[in-house]
Amino acid sequence: MKSAKTISSAMQTLTFSRRATVVGGLQIGVGVLLAGRMAYISVAENERYKLLSESNRVNLTLVPPRRGWLIDRNGKPIANNKTDFRVDIIPDRLRDKKKTVATLAELLALDAEDLERINRELEQASSFQPVQVATGLDWEAYAAVSVRLPDLPGVSPRQGFSRNYPSGPAIGHLVGYVGTASAEEYKEKPDPILITPGYKIGKDGLEKIFEDRLQGKPGAKRVEVTARGKIVRELRTRADVPGKAMQLTLDIDLQEYAARRLGTQSGSVVVMDCESGDILTMTSMPSFDPNSFSDGIGVTEYGMLREDDHVPLLDKSLKSLFPPGSTVKPMVALAFLEAGLSPDESVNCNGGLQVGNRRFRCWKRGGHGRVDMAKGIYQSCDVYFYHFAQKIGINPIALMANRLGLGQKYPIPVPSQFYGTVPDPAWLRKKYDREWQAYDTVNTTIGQGYMLVNPTQLAVMSARIATGKNVIPRLIMNQKKPVMETLNIDPEHLLYVHEAMSDVVNGPGTAGRARLPLENVKMAGKTGTAQVVNLDYGRGGNDVAWKYRDHGLFVCFAPYDNPRYAAAVVIEHGGGSGAAYPVARDVLTFLYDREKAMDVLTGLEKSWGGTIQERMDTKMAAYRSKKQLEKAIAEGTAPPPPAASDAAETGGGD
Amino acid sequence: MSDFIPAPIAQLPWKTILLLFVMASFGFVVLYSAAGGSVSPWAGLHMGRFGVFLAMAVVMSRFKESFWKTMAFPTYIVIVIMLVGVELLGAVGGGSQRWLNLGFIRIQPSELMKVAIILAVARFYDLLPPSQIRTWGAIWPLFALLALPCALILLQPDLGTTITVFVGALTVAFLAGLPLRLFIGGGAAVAVLAPIAYFFALEDYQQRRVTTFLNPENDPLGSGYHISQSKIAIGSGGLFGKGFLNGTQSHLDYLPEGHTDFVFATMAEEWGLMGGVVVLFCFFLLFRWGLGVAMKAKTRFSQLTAAGLTVTIFFYVAINLMMVMGLAPVVGIPLPFLSHGGSSMMTIMICVGILMSIDRHPGRQGGAFE
Repeated sequence: MKSAKTISSAMQTLTFSRRATVVGGLQIGVGVLLAGRMAYISVAENERYKLLSESNRVNLTLVPPRRGWLIDRNGKPIANNKTDFRVDIIPDRLRDKKKTVATLAELLALDAEDLERINRELEQASSFQPVQVATGLDWEAYAAVSVRLPDLPGVSPRQGFSRNYPSGPAIGHLVGYVGTASAEEYKEKPDPILITPGYKIGKDGLEKIFEDRLQGKPGAKRVEVTARGKIVRELRTRADVPGKAMQLTLDIDLQEYAARRLGTQSGSVVVMDCESGDILTMTSMPSFDPNSFSDGIGVTEYGMLREDDHVPLLDKSLKSLFPPGSTVKPMVALAFLEAGLSPDESVNCNGGLQVGNRRFRCWKRGGHGRVDMAKGIYQSCDVYFYHFAQKIGINPIALMANRLGLGQKYPIPVPSQFYGTVPDPAWLRKKYDREWQAYDTVNTTIGQGYMLVNPTQLAVMSARIATGKNVIPRLIMNQKKPVMETLNIDPEHLLYVHEAMSDVVNGPGTAGRARLPLENVKMAGKTGTAQVVNLDYGRGGNDVAWKYRDHGLFVCFAPYDNPRYAAAVVIEHGGGSGAAYPVARDVLTFLYDREKAMDVLTGLEKSWGGTIQERMDTKMAAYRSKKQLEKAIAEGTAPPPPAASDAAETGGGD
Repeated sequence: MSDFIPAPIAQLPWKTILLLFVMASFGFVVLYSAAGGSVSPWAGLHMGRFGVFLAMAVVMSRFKESFWKTMAFPTYIVIVIMLVGVELLGAVGGGSQRWLNLGFIRIQPSELMKVAIILAVARFYDLLPPSQIRTWGAIWPLFALLALPCALILLQPDLGTTITVFVGALTVAFLAGLPLRLFIGGGAAVAVLAPIAYFFALEDYQQRRVTTFLNPENDPLGSGYHISQSKIAIGSGGLFGKGFLNGTQSHLDYLPEGHTDFVFATMAEEWGLMGGVVVLFCFFLLFRWGLGVAMKAKTRFSQLTAAGLTVTIFFYVAINLMMVMGLAPVVGIPLPFLSHGGSSMMTIMICVGILMSIDRHPGRQGGAFE
């Protein structure tokens, strides 16, 4: 390190001033660098940073549009929107999940089941999908969450609209329900409105089919927000464009009445206007409450619906297939007449008929004696049809069935409909690869065997029998009356069958108790009892387990001499037609005299344990406590029940 | 004029005081806006402190060079003791602590060390005979002086201050005439060792700051947030800014620390490039004055001290501005005269006070070894 030359103080001063100049120069260099850098950021990149600053400052929130209303033929709401305070969680903005959920639970008084659902959805949901915490809040609860927002990142309280179905379960299957978009739906169409809290899309039924029409256009709200998400002020708001309303052909009052009248039974009522094809009622019970589905259904409620052997999640009016039983007899009679059979030709019924090596029995063991066509219909004599069907053959019957709408799919806006089977030799060969036998004809002619229909088809059949026209069912209201083609059935044949069907109810027929309690309106109808399993005739009544009982069916129209309404009632495992025609009677009575019909219903509902909602609530409570007990047993905190309690499970059918 | 004004007042360095006053006032304006258009909590206090510390600086300017000379080593020792004290307090209280609470003011000894190290190193080279400046004996005492303070401040941990202290001392050594090749060699060594130090010496959060600085967009919500938001504030200000009280980045809390370390961004958002240029120009005047004082000083100690203190203030400014413009990692160094904060203002004003004292007493020609 030693230097050769000695360094003097003067040299040091020189070094100092030289080096100080260097330091000063460096400083100026740094200063210029900084000025340049600043100029670059603030001038050259100004646009970019301005944009970033704006996107910081301004928060654009989409406002979910109000969905279009669904209204009935008289303008009564079937589905509308109610103002709603709601709270959602946006998972990817959450910081402390546990704490946030706990705070919300306290503020909103959430119960264990809500929490379970929220936590489950938080785990399943993609990070951007909002998870609903609560809807239908009152202002106080909403405000309580709103003021704590800065401490609850990821929580989004909103004032908006939620879908409301005033008639609840009565309309569930037909309208479907709405729900938040799934991750798949968002991937398919990554529109930010889909993940806006409170935005719902149609998930089933009419809500799904008419989604485009009902959904409307979202509004937008631009607000100035702080870094912590606090809203400083609103900048500009674009209002939403509500979806268009849709008028359905339904009479919602009738729909509700029919649903209530079905009571504790599992079944379907379909009522049509013969002149226009308008479907006035398409009820399937038991049902689900579309309001619960649209609000995000709880596990317990969904579990209860899924486990119910009456299948509330299935639309029985379109997607349940039943053997039509004797309700096809007027149709078969029309086929006979068209094939040239004289209505006066008769057969002797002694309680059964030998076909091949098997004896087919009439429902009446003692036999009907001499039976002509009219008696065959109003007394529902099986032997008459066994006998003449073999003579006429299956093909005219199958053709008539198709003409009257059985085995057909209708142009109505539903996600799916099952169209059943009208068997004929060609079908049998294709399906089971065997030749048509006489006993197949015999089975088909009384609506058993391979024949399967849905309740809507039965209603269409009776409307077509009633009018002789090709009535096509409609669900969407259209003021124009459709031009209906004629079915080219001899009016005299129709008249004959109408008369016989009137006698079923008003004469010496099988459904005397179905007579309308009205002065001047008479109903024509046909009973049906369809076997579920191969029990002896008449054994499928209320003394066997619910799921083996016969189905009860009834088709009808009124007034019989100038048909206006046609209806079909199917009671699944109702034990026989006796379960079906009282329902048809009351539903048709409602069309003419609401008060009278309501009186009957009020009495009945008292014996059933309340209205639909009340019964559903009771059932729900029972189910919940059962589940809790099961859970407790599983956890060992409660003793297992005595074995006898299992019996209670099968008793739900009456 | 001097006829009417008493000599002691007329002799005050009015130009410098005016410059400082302009800068502090601009600080007041920016802090007023940062508080949403309010004198409290920052702007008023800022101006009050400035007044107190300016008075202190004026008083300091009356002291002669000999006073600073005698004070150099004792001050250094006292502050090292304070640093140890802070460390002990932190150990007792659990968790790191950087200040000592004296009741009326919280003192950060590490801040004061920035001044003390300059005085001590300047004093050391003042005492060192010129002939020894190129010997080993000129180097090891420098590192001996640096070792303890740097270690203690790093322990806090406060990398920014450590670097300021270290580089301040090196600058004095450079000006004192240590061989140039040492600095060139040292620079090369740093270039080699920096990556190694990054991986083995830096703490997790410090490493993150460095990576974030290199690529702030990678972590826009974490530690890159500060830099991103600061650049947005400066960049969105444009040429003339958004106007007084109209800054959205600062008023809506997007800009963190908008009244302390990132006060320049708060200023730039509302005053634009013009405001920035004015601030830079003021600092340029300040440093020109500081180096001018050093050049005019006659004694070795006052030369080295004046230059060292100027460079110390310069480091505050340079590192802070580089940080807010995304040219340096976030190290937590305030901007003199604009940032709100008592401890750093006190340090700066002590530097200014000593500079004024040297300005007033340039001393006789020659040093300790004539």
